[in-house]
Amino acid sequence: MTSELIVFLVLSLVAIAAALGMVFSRNAVYSALFLVLNFTTVAIFYLLLGAPFIAMSQITVYAGAIMVLFLFVIMLLGVESLAPSKSLPWQKPLAFSLAVILVAESVYLLASRVQPNMMVTAPGIAVNSMDNLREMAMTMFNQFLLPFEVTSVLLLVAMVGAIVLTNREKVGRK
Amino acid sequence: MVPVDYYIILSAILFTIGAMGVLIRRNPLIIFMSIELMLNAGNLAFVAFSNMYKSFNGQIFVFFVIAVAAAEVAVGLALIVEIFKTKKNINIDEMNSLKG
Repeated sequence: MTSELIVFLVLSLVAIAAALGMVFSRNAVYSALFLVLNFTTVAIFYLLLGAPFIAMSQITVYAGAIMVLFLFVIMLLGVESLAPSKSLPWQKPLAFSLAVILVAESVYLLASRVQPNMMVTAPGIAVNSMDNLREMAMTMFNQFLLPFEVTSVLLLVAMVGAIVLTNREKVGRK
Repeated sequence: MVPVDYYIILSAILFTIGAMGVLIRRNPLIIFMSIELMLNAGNLAFVAFSNMYKSFNGQIFVFFVIAVAAAEVAVGLALIVEIFKTKKNINIDEMNSLKG
C-alpha cells in the first residue's frame, strides 16, 4: 500500500458517499453542498492524475460558479423540499436494479479497455513547473483552435438564452 | 501507485449514482445536479485515460465539457425559474404540457 493508493481509496470513499448523499438527501440545499464536496474530491483526483489546470478549473467553474448558481435558484424559488407526491411503488426497486446492471456493464466495458497493469504515473516535476500548462496551451491553441472559438459562441448563446427566458414579459410578446 | 482501472471503476460508479438520481428524484434541481455528477464522472474517465495514453487531448476535452456544462446550467436553471413562475410548483410529474 503506497501512500498514493491510501489517498485514492479514502478520497474515493468520500466521493461516493457525497454522491449518495446528494441523491438521497431530502433538502435540496444539502444536496448542493454534498455535490460541492464531491466536486472538490474529484478536483483532488485530477491533481493526483497530473492535471492541475483541470483541477483548478473544476474548483472555480463547478464548485464556484455552477453550484453558487444552483444555491441561488434553490433559495430564490424556496423549493428546499418538495411536498411528497404519489410515487410509483415499483419506481425505486426498478431504478436500483437498472443501476446495478449499468454499473456492472460500464465497469466491464471500460475496464476491458484499460491495458493490464497500467499504473497512473505519479505527478512529478511536471505538475509543479509551468510545463504542463504550457504544453496544454500549445495543444489547445494549435490543434483545437476552432472548437475553442466555437465554445465562445456557445457561451454567448447560453447567456442570451438565459436572459431571454427569464425576461420574457419585458421583451414584448406576451 | 494507483492502477488506472481504479479511476475508471470509480468514474463508472459515480456515473451510475448520477443516473440513479435522475431516475428516482422528483425535484428538477436535483435531477440537474445528478446530470452534473454524470458529466463529472465522464470527465474523470477522460483525465484518467489522458494520463494513461500520455496525451493532452483528454484534458482539453474535459475543458470543453466544463464549458458546455456551464452553458447548460445557465439555460436549464432559467427554464426552471420560468416554469416555477408560471406553475408555482416544480414537481417533475406535473411538467407534462409544453404550453404553460
